[in-house]
Amino acid sequence: MRILVCVKRVPAPGSRINVTENGLNVDTAHLGFTTSPHEECALEEAAQLAEQHGGSVSVLTVGPAEAEEQLRYAASVGGNEFTLVLNDTGQDWDPQRTARTITEAIAQLEADSGVFDLILFGNESADAGGYQVGVRVAVALDRPMVNGIKGIEIEDSSLVANREVDGGLEVYSLLTPAVLGVKEGINLPRYPTMKGRLASKKADIQVAQIEALPGPQQLVRLHRPEEKVTETEVLGTGPDAASRVVDLLDELGVL
Amino acid sequence: MSEFPKEAQCVVIGAGIVGNCLVSHLSDMGWKDIVLLDKGPLPNPGGSTGHASNFIFPVDHSKEIVDLTLESQRQYEEMGLQNTCGGIEVARTPERMEEFKRRMTSAKCWGIPSSLLTPSEVKEFVPFVSEDVILGGFYTPSVSAVDSLETGTQMRKKAQDAGHLAVFANTEVLDIETSAGRNKPRVTAVVTDKGRIECETVVIACGVWSPRIAEMAGATIPLTPAVHQMADVGPFDVLVETQQELAYPIVRDMDTFCYERQTAGSMEVGSYAHRPILHRVDEIPSNEEAALSPTEMPFTADDFDQQMEEAIELMEFLGDGEIKYAINGLLSLTPDANPVLGPTVEVENLWSAAAVWIKEGPGVGRLMAEWMTHGYPHVTDPHGADITRFYAQQRNVHHIEARAEEHFNKTYGIVHPREQWATRRGVTNGPVRARTDALGAFYFEAGGWERPHWYESNADLVEKYAIEGREHEWDGRWWTPISDAEHLHMRQHAALVDLSAFQIFEVAGPGVVSYIEKMVVNKCDLPVGSSIYTPVLNHSGGFRSDLTILRLASDRFRIITGAFDGGRDEYWFRQNLPGDGTVHFENRTNSICTLGVWGPRAVDLLSELTETDLSQTSFPYGSHQEVLIAGIPTEMFRVSYVGDAGFEVYTPMQHGLALWDAITDAGPPFDLRPVGAAVYGTSGRIEKGYRLMGSELEDEYTPLEAGLARPKVKAADFIGKDAYLEERKEEPCAQLCVLVMEDLTCDAGYERFPMGAGNEPILTADGSRIVDVKGRVSRVTTAGNAPSIGKYLLMAYLPSNLCELDTKLLVMYQNETYPVKVAASGANLALFDQSNERMKA
Repeated sequence: MRILVCVKRVPAPGSRINVTENGLNVDTAHLGFTTSPHEECALEEAAQLAEQHGGSVSVLTVGPAEAEEQLRYAASVGGNEFTLVLNDTGQDWDPQRTARTITEAIAQLEADSGVFDLILFGNESADAGGYQVGVRVAVALDRPMVNGIKGIEIEDSSLVANREVDGGLEVYSLLTPAVLGVKEGINLPRYPTMKGRLASKKADIQVAQIEALPGPQQLVRLHRPEEKVTETEVLGTGPDAASRVVDLLDELGVL
Repeated sequence: MSEFPKEAQCVVIGAGIVGNCLVSHLSDMGWKDIVLLDKGPLPNPGGSTGHASNFIFPVDHSKEIVDLTLESQRQYEEMGLQNTCGGIEVARTPERMEEFKRRMTSAKCWGIPSSLLTPSEVKEFVPFVSEDVILGGFYTPSVSAVDSLETGTQMRKKAQDAGHLAVFANTEVLDIETSAGRNKPRVTAVVTDKGRIECETVVIACGVWSPRIAEMAGATIPLTPAVHQMADVGPFDVLVETQQELAYPIVRDMDTFCYERQTAGSMEVGSYAHRPILHRVDEIPSNEEAALSPTEMPFTADDFDQQMEEAIELMEFLGDGEIKYAINGLLSLTPDANPVLGPTVEVENLWSAAAVWIKEGPGVGRLMAEWMTHGYPHVTDPHGADITRFYAQQRNVHHIEARAEEHFNKTYGIVHPREQWATRRGVTNGPVRARTDALGAFYFEAGGWERPHWYESNADLVEKYAIEGREHEWDGRWWTPISDAEHLHMRQHAALVDLSAFQIFEVAGPGVVSYIEKMVVNKCDLPVGSSIYTPVLNHSGGFRSDLTILRLASDRFRIITGAFDGGRDEYWFRQNLPGDGTVHFENRTNSICTLGVWGPRAVDLLSELTETDLSQTSFPYGSHQEVLIAGIPTEMFRVSYVGDAGFEVYTPMQHGLALWDAITDAGPPFDLRPVGAAVYGTSGRIEKGYRLMGSELEDEYTPLEAGLARPKVKAADFIGKDAYLEERKEEPCAQLCVLVMEDLTCDAGYERFPMGAGNEPILTADGSRIVDVKGRVSRVTTAGNAPSIGKYLLMAYLPSNLCELDTKLLVMYQNETYPVKVAASGANLALFDQSNERMKA
C-alpha cells in the first residue's frame, strides 16, 4: 500500500500570536516550528496503516528550505520517502497555487513510482486554516475525498472512513486511490524515539521546484484581535475563603 | 486579592528559587514589610526554576559554592523536599579519572562522603550502564533531587504566615525609580503595571531577566541568558517498574558533558556539550508569547544529536525511548560562571541575587538575607560571587557573551586551577606591554589586566639555576621552571616586576583622617611619608580586605590593593564615604603605573638613576618619598612582598614606559631581569609567609588568627572594632601556619606539587579531617615552591593545638596523602630571612 501524507511547516505559538509589521506573517522571532497537529495525526495514521498492511509512507511538503525539519521529523516517526517543494518567497502561496503545486508533485511522484493508494491531508493547516488544499488536490486528481476523518480502516481495494458529526458517525466507503482529510483525535501520534531522530538525519530528501499558476485569493493582512484580559481573583485561602465563595456562587445564581 | 501596597520596606522582584527563599529568610531575620513580585503566575512564573533538573551534586572544588550547596541541601532536607538518591559521575577518559582524584580530594576536604568506583561497581548501582564505554565512576551518596517549586511555595507561605510578606504574581515591573543618594543614586520606588511601591530596598532576583530590570535603575547585572538543552525520554519498563521518582543514582557522563536523571518512568537527558547558544534578554518571549514558558525555548534538535548518540552509547535502551519533551532551557551565565550577588555598584540599596543554580538557591537566600540585615553574610565569604568584583570593562555584553561562550562547555569540563581565559584578552594593558611582549612575557589575567607571569627571555636561567621540570603534566600545566629560576635570580641580583595591575585609589579632603581611620584596623594618622599595611574588616571582625595605605599629605592618602580585589575594595571605600562631602574618592588605577624593583642589587641600581639618597638611613623601610628617576617624577615606596630589598615605584601612566626603559637600560651591570607574577605572587610571597586576600584572608578568619593583629588596638573607632576587641579577649582557636612538605613522592614514584587551590585538606597523621571549634576545615590556602630554601611550602589554618612547630600532619593532593610538618605559625611566617635583614639592607 502506497500512502502519501502532505504536511505543512507551521509556527508553534503561545497564547499570544504576534503579527509582523507588514501584517503578512506570524512573527516567529520567538517561536519554534512544528507540523500542523492534524497532519501529525495523518502521519501517525499512515505509519500505523503501513505497519498493519505493509507498504510505504511518502511525505510531501511545500515550504521554505527549513521545512526540511518537518520532513526529518516525519522520518523519525515512520515516514520512508520525502519530497520538499520549495517555496522560498517567505510567504505562503494561495490555496489554489498550493493545490496545483501539490497536484503536479503527486503526478511526478506517481509517474516515477506508481499511484498512491491513499493520500492524507490534515483537515486544515494550523496557521492559515484554509480548508481547501486537500479538496482541490482531490478534485484535480479526480479522486474521492472526505474531510474531517477520525477513523480509517482498509478493506481490500476499498477503505472505510469515519467522520464525527453531532450525535454520531458518518461512515464512508471509498474506492482507492482516495484522498482523506484527517482530524486530530484519530489517534495519539507517537513521539520520535532517539534512534528514530538519529536515523532521520540520514533520510534522503528530494527537493523540487514546481511552477504553478497563482489563484485569485490574496492575503491582505493578518489582524490580531484585542486580547481578552481575564483577571484572576483569589477569594482567600483555607476556610477563610468560604464566605466569599458562597457570595460569588450566589451572585452567579448557582445556589 | 489583597490591596496593592503603596509602600514597603523591601521589594523582591522574581519568585524563583532565589526570591522565594530570600523573602523567607528576610522574614526570619526581622524584615516585616516585604513585597514579592513576579510577572508570571505562581507557583511557576516561567523562569529557569520552573524547568530546572533540580538535582544537586554537592562536591565542587570551590569552598564558596560548596558552602552554599550544603546549606541549601540542609534547608531542602529540613522542609522534607529532598530526595537523596545518590549520584555517579562516570569517566570515559584517563584525564577524567585523574579529575576524579581531585574530586575525591575536594570531597574529603568538605567532608562529603564519596568513593571511586570501577565500571562494574557503577553497573551494580545503575544496571543499565554500558560498562565497556566507561573507565570508572565517582560516587557521592548524598547527591539529591529536590522540589524547587514546592520549596518556593513553602518559603513564601512561611513569610506570609508570619505577616511579613505580600506576594503579587502576574505583576510586571515597568521601572525602578531612584533619587540622589549620599554618593550615588538611591532606590526609591518600584513601578509596576498594578501600581507604584515606594520602598527602601529592592532586590533583583529575576534570573535571566535581571540585566533588563537592573537597567531600569541604571545598574548593571552582568549575565547572559544561555541555552541548556534537555530532553525527557521514555517510558522505559526498567524505570516504570521501580514505581519511584528516582530509584537509581543520577548519572553524569562527564566526558560527554551530559547527564541522565530518572524522572519516574522516563529519563531526562541534559547536556552542556552543545554549541554555546546565547540570547539577549529581549529575545526571550513573554509568558503569553511563549509556546511553553519563556525560558523553555524551542528545541533546536540539530544541536542535540551528538549528545543523543553518546547517551545511547552509555545507556543503550535510551535509543528506543520517545522524546516526549525537549527544550532549549534558559539559564544565566556570568563572565566567570559564578553567581552575581550583593549590592549593585551603581545604585544604593539595589541588590542583585542572580545567576544562581537550584543547588545554591536556599543557601543564597539565607546569605543575601544575612548580608542585607547585618552588612555581611555568615553562610560563606561571598567574594567570588560578589557582584562588585567586576570592573567596568567586564560588565558589558561584549565581555559577558565572550566569556560565557568560552566557559559554557566547561560546565562539566576539567578546569585547571591556573587555567587562563582565551577570549577578551589584551583589553587592559599596562604601559610597558610592548616591552614585556618583546621579552616573551606569558600573561596571566589579573582582574582583567594582562600581567606577565613569566618571561621566556629568562629561559636561559633554568639551566643556570638547575631548575627541574615537573613529571606530572597536571602539575606542570600553566607553570614553567622559568619562574623558579627568575626567583633565584632575584635573590642573587635584581628583578623588575610589572605591577601595572595594582589598583590605586586616593582619598583626600578635610575629613579624610577620621574616614580612613574608620575604614581600617591599623592607625593611619601617621606622619606624611608613612605607610600602613592593614587589615580591612567587616562588621563581623572578619577580613574584608588587606591593603597598603600611603600618607601622601596631611589630607591625602593613597590606597593600594590587588588587581583581584579592586572592584570590591572600591565599592567598600566609596560606600562608606561620609555624606558631608569632606572626603573625595578618586580611582587612580588608570593614571598611575607601578613597577617593582627588588633584589640585593636593586637599591644600587636605582641609586644610579637618582640624586636621592636611597640608603636605609635616609629612606627607611616602609617609607615613601617623591623621587626623580632619570628625570621621571615618581613616588618611591620602600617595601617588599617578595622578601628582598627594593621599592615599589609609582609614576604617572604616561611615564611608565620611559621609567621601564630607564631601569632596564641601567640594568646590565646589576644583572637585572624582568620577573613575573609567579615570583611576586607566590614563590617570593610564600617564602616570607605573606598572606593573600581570598586565599588566607577571608571573612571567616580574623586578624588574630591570620597573625596580623598588632599588640595594641588604636583608639580611633573602625569598622569591625567591637568584634575585633571581643576576639582579642581570648586566644584564637586557630592560627595560620606554614607547613613544609616532607616528601613529595607519590605512589607512582615521582614528585607531585599541590596547587593551593583551596580544596586540598590538611589531615591528621592518621588521615582524619581537621576541623576547628568554629567548624572551619584546615585546608591549603596557598601552595608554592620556595626555591631559596629548597622546600615546597603550604599555608593553612590549623586549630591551635596543632600549630606547634614540627607537628606532623598530612596533606591530601589528587587523592593521595603526603607528610607535612608545621614550620611556622603566628605573626612571622617567614621561612626565608626570618629576621627580614635582606629587606632592610
